[in-house]
Amino acid sequence: MAMTMHCDIVSAEREIFSGRVTMVIATGTLGELGIMPGHAPLLTGIVPGPVRLKMDGGEEEVFFASGGFLEVQPGVVTVLADTALRADDLDEAEAAAAKDQAERELSDQAADFDFSVAAAQLAEAGARLRTLAELRKRRR
Amino acid sequence: MAVGKEIRTKIGSIENTQKITKAMQMVAASRMRRTQERMREGRPYSERIRAVIGHLANSNPEYRHVYMTERDISRVGYIVVSSDKGLCGGLNINLFRALVVDMRGWQEREIGQDLGLIGNKAASFFRAFGGNVLAAINNVGEAPAIADLIGGIKVMLDAYEDGTIDRLFIATNEFVSTMTQKPVIRQLLPLEAENAGDLKHRWDYLYEPDARELVEGLVTRFIEAQVYQAVVENHACEQAAKMIAMQNATENAGDLIDELTLIYNNARQAAITQEISEICAGAAAV
Repeated sequence: MAMTMHCDIVSAEREIFSGRVTMVIATGTLGELGIMPGHAPLLTGIVPGPVRLKMDGGEEEVFFASGGFLEVQPGVVTVLADTALRADDLDEAEAAAAKDQAERELSDQAADFDFSVAAAQLAEAGARLRTLAELRKRRR
Repeated sequence: MAVGKEIRTKIGSIENTQKITKAMQMVAASRMRRTQERMREGRPYSERIRAVIGHLANSNPEYRHVYMTERDISRVGYIVVSSDKGLCGGLNINLFRALVVDMRGWQEREIGQDLGLIGNKAASFFRAFGGNVLAAINNVGEAPAIADLIGGIKVMLDAYEDGTIDRLFIATNEFVSTMTQKPVIRQLLPLEAENAGDLKHRWDYLYEPDARELVEGLVTRFIEAQVYQAVVENHACEQAAKMIAMQNATENAGDLIDELTLIYNNARQAAITQEISEICAGAAAV
């Protein structure tokens, strides 16, 4: 039996893979990486692309990661995968969108119509009308 | 029979309402299971990142990222996680109440606050309440994706980085059980450093390309993962609270129907009795 190590692939949204493998192949920010049991502790970023796992029986599994980080500890390899494509300008655009949304939210009174407030206003208006009717009756 | 027409229509309408609340209760129950699942699935990621960051902080004591350094407070930021929809009891209101109390604490020390809002309810609350809102994210929906949250988080992180805010908190609901959800306000930044004591062996990573760049990325991911977790957990809270609220509504509707049925039967019986006595009186007169 070949030497194996534990491998976890996790993303913020779910656990993608967990099990024993003989080799992990991924593309790091500085180039291709092949990690086998006994590798020195390593921390690196990975670029978007496939992460290939070689299993004990020789079969291969391939997962896609849109970037992330790869950590090697004695006996354990962890891939912290991103689920979203990341780039500085993309993030910047997202941030601008969130700011716009904040401005729109604060100015746009119609957004998310608040029924409890409306009900309170309606009740108040009704009460006023009733008072007026009462006053009119008395004057007569 | 003409008796109690109004009562009958009222009972009918309450029955319809009861059907709706019952359906909503069941929908919430099935969604809750799914959201709890999602809550569990995200946990390994943030635990892993926390471990890596802890290790990095311990092996590079000379380098401290801006997210890890404490500084004097002149302004604080909050990320508020709320639900998109209502009908979930006091879930959002309890959170806002806790938050407002916390904010008042800062106000008394003349420390301003900035807000990043997630969810429609927070937006509509702070529209009425006032407050300096830097970012808003709406309609994250059933299955929130981290991609939807990045923008809003980045706004708050940028504010922290350029020194606009000196602390960043997250206000959200904690899922204790189906019956209990607790509003909590946790500190996100600066990261509270793990104590070096629990590190037994001293080994260091090889870094590719460079420790600083990696830390930068990891810390950002960590915060994002925390916010994502909060959103998912809040979603589970929302469904649980909705389920309980709808269950109560269904029960109340049942009580109301029972009461009205009793009144209706009384009225009907009274009408019959009256009719009989009228007939008897008529017969006696003949």
